[in-house]
Amino acid sequence: MFYREVGQYKSSYPADQAIFPLSNDRIGVMIILLIAFIWPPLSGSQYLMGPILTQLLVFGLAALGLNLLTGYAGQVSLGTGGFMAVGAFGCYNLVLRLPEIPIVIDFILAGLMAAAVGVLFGIPSLRIKGFYLAVATLASQFFLLWIFDHVGWFTNYDPAGVASAPTQTFFGALTGEGRALEFLAPIDVIVSGPNATPETKYVLTLAVVVVLALLAKNLVRGMTGRAWMAIRDFDIAAEIIGIRPLRTKLLAFAISSFYCGVAGALYVFTYVGNADTEAFDLIRSFTILFMIIIGGLGSVMGSFLGAAFIVLLPPFLNIVASNLGEGTLSGAALANLELIVYGGTIVFFLAVEPLGFARMWQIVKEKLRQWPFPY
Amino acid sequence: MKKIKTIVLSLVAMVVTVVPFSVSQAQDMEQFIPALVYRTGPYAAGGSGFFGGFEDYMALLNLRDGGINGVKLVWEECETAYNSDRGVECYERLKNQGEHGATVVHPLSTGITYRLIERATADKIPLISMGYGRTDATNGKVFPWVFPLITNYWSQNTAKIKYIGMQEGGMDALKGKKIANLHHESSYGKETVPVLDVQAAKYGFEVKHYPVAHPGLDQKAAWLDIARRYKPDWVILRGWGVMNPTALKEAARVGFAADKIVGVWWSGAEEDVIPAGKAAVGYVAAGFHPSGSGFPVVEAMLDIVHGAGQGNISPQRVGTIYYNRGLVAGIVTTEAIRTAQGKFGTKVLSGEEMRWGLENLSISAERIDELGAAGLMAPLTITCADHEGGGPVKFSRWDGSQWVEVTDWIETDKSIVDPMIMDSSMAYAAEKGIEPRSGMSMGSDCG
Repeated sequence: MFYREVGQYKSSYPADQAIFPLSNDRIGVMIILLIAFIWPPLSGSQYLMGPILTQLLVFGLAALGLNLLTGYAGQVSLGTGGFMAVGAFGCYNLVLRLPEIPIVIDFILAGLMAAAVGVLFGIPSLRIKGFYLAVATLASQFFLLWIFDHVGWFTNYDPAGVASAPTQTFFGALTGEGRALEFLAPIDVIVSGPNATPETKYVLTLAVVVVLALLAKNLVRGMTGRAWMAIRDFDIAAEIIGIRPLRTKLLAFAISSFYCGVAGALYVFTYVGNADTEAFDLIRSFTILFMIIIGGLGSVMGSFLGAAFIVLLPPFLNIVASNLGEGTLSGAALANLELIVYGGTIVFFLAVEPLGFARMWQIVKEKLRQWPFPY
Repeated sequence: MKKIKTIVLSLVAMVVTVVPFSVSQAQDMEQFIPALVYRTGPYAAGGSGFFGGFEDYMALLNLRDGGINGVKLVWEECETAYNSDRGVECYERLKNQGEHGATVVHPLSTGITYRLIERATADKIPLISMGYGRTDATNGKVFPWVFPLITNYWSQNTAKIKYIGMQEGGMDALKGKKIANLHHESSYGKETVPVLDVQAAKYGFEVKHYPVAHPGLDQKAAWLDIARRYKPDWVILRGWGVMNPTALKEAARVGFAADKIVGVWWSGAEEDVIPAGKAAVGYVAAGFHPSGSGFPVVEAMLDIVHGAGQGNISPQRVGTIYYNRGLVAGIVTTEAIRTAQGKFGTKVLSGEEMRWGLENLSISAERIDELGAAGLMAPLTITCADHEGGGPVKFSRWDGSQWVEVTDWIETDKSIVDPMIMDSSMAYAAEKGIEPRSGMSMGSDCG
């Protein structure tokens, strides 16, 4: 009744090709963004902003990165954890050793480092496909973590190998007294380290993720995304119509790793506050792969839906179990029941809709257009 | 329609019965302690055993004594599965519960401890990492909110090398010996690498580090290298969870004698050796407390808590290593609450008051006797500067059915550990811009 395109006429190509051609979608997204930026900081709940929303955004971004590579370009990768680690430890060293750089530029540089490493490990994709490529990217996972474990410089020689985010302000150390950007000091805020408020960290993460998600959305609708999809669907045909596989595949690896690298940097700086290689192990790579499978391969929105499912369902089940289960079952039974329900839910959703949450959302939208008179 | 009516009515009945109950609960004074438990995953034996003992001890105080001077102990569990991200989530979920928020947090994971150090410091909640965690947090001047109580990893390691020296016939006999350090590849496992290197240089033995990736089921290559190529005189097993029985089985497979393997206290529980069967007989492990259910306090827990059907673990596991470790953690935590109540009065304590209690904690031998825990733990004194307490270490041998103590309490070597802690913590203070506290005398507020 409310969600339909009747009466929305497009009189120009840009209007027709907009990300959200329906004004209903546009307004909806605006409202959601407005709520996302305003409501959590106003609620003041550290629990909501930290482990719930920031974690969701960080892993949503990593899943988006992998989705660009696997969902759009069709290159299966198990190196996500490794690329996140490059971003995380890269950003840590940048902030530690060059505190003058504003934090957003650090994030971009960390992403670029991850992109460079991603291109390097993407080279085998030119010759191998599918499961074989997955195994080749697995090598990057082990190799990168081994480096960060065994070369002490990356973690500033911490005995346990933990990189702990230094305190850093938004514009960097140059706003200090007598430095070049001192005039910015009044509007400068601490964004990392123990003294940063959860509000600042959350808003910064959200801003970074929104910008990158918009970029990704435009990327996959344009020339690059179409080339990726052509390679994914039939690489020989794609080559015949003039798409260069080398350039396209490596670009997919670079951009995907860039997103994963930024996600790794956000993980250290705005979410947890520190990290060691355990945080980026193989299980992490698998988890992110599951996120995009459950969320929907080849969908920007699906990456975030899948991340929400994987990140939020276990604590949600835990809260339900501990509130309802008080005094009924033993703690051990509840903890295991949680795992059973979690696994069961995954199977249920994949059985109901193998193409993931993104497809479900699409079906809901199609039904909404006809609601309440489907005939 | 009738069905819906029944459901609605039963829901109403539930609300009517539950609501007054929760109101009457709120009237008592309640000290809230979060339990970051893990009952699933490869390390479930440790998490369920430790919190079984910890919660049983709190239940014992509630049932037998009505809490601590009338203040009830309440706790809520949150499952972390030993996963650092979920540990952070659990901490954030539970830290603001109770009248003054969480009293103390026991992360029971070195990884989660590292994640929480800065958070707990900012939130002013004492973080107790008893026998694990970040070693240099022993320096209370730099880490005011972190308490690696009783014995930290580096101290334990000095006792271990002392034990090996005793077996070899003196510390001089260590010269030229070879020790393999088979460790879990994690912040927990890596923590003792530097102190072993320092000791190797001091005593003239050689040490080689063998990292084993989580969860530690794949050790074939490491053990082949140890037994066939490196041929060490001793192996230090620094494993965790399923890595431990796997290591013992692999050692037996390549023919490395179990009595030349010395485990740390996260490798020395019943759950670590029973699955290894015969391969574990003769294996020696460290501990800052023994196992056994003969202690009066353990018997009281079986009688009163499990007798009332309020046990938090199956009764067969009462008195095992992990259970007793949780019990010791319960004693230390509640004694600190008692100490703090002595200064601030009988009331629900805040995190800051609890820190005072911990920094002025002194558990004498007589007090341990009174608690019914004689022999279960050594006397303990914590100060503002020393957040460890320098507890001694006992070694036990697995005889196939139980742990048999083979040494008395062995003192740790402070002369090695203290300078390392000072260097490492001051480097941390410099990196983080922390001003070390002054005013370190006993009984002061430590500044």
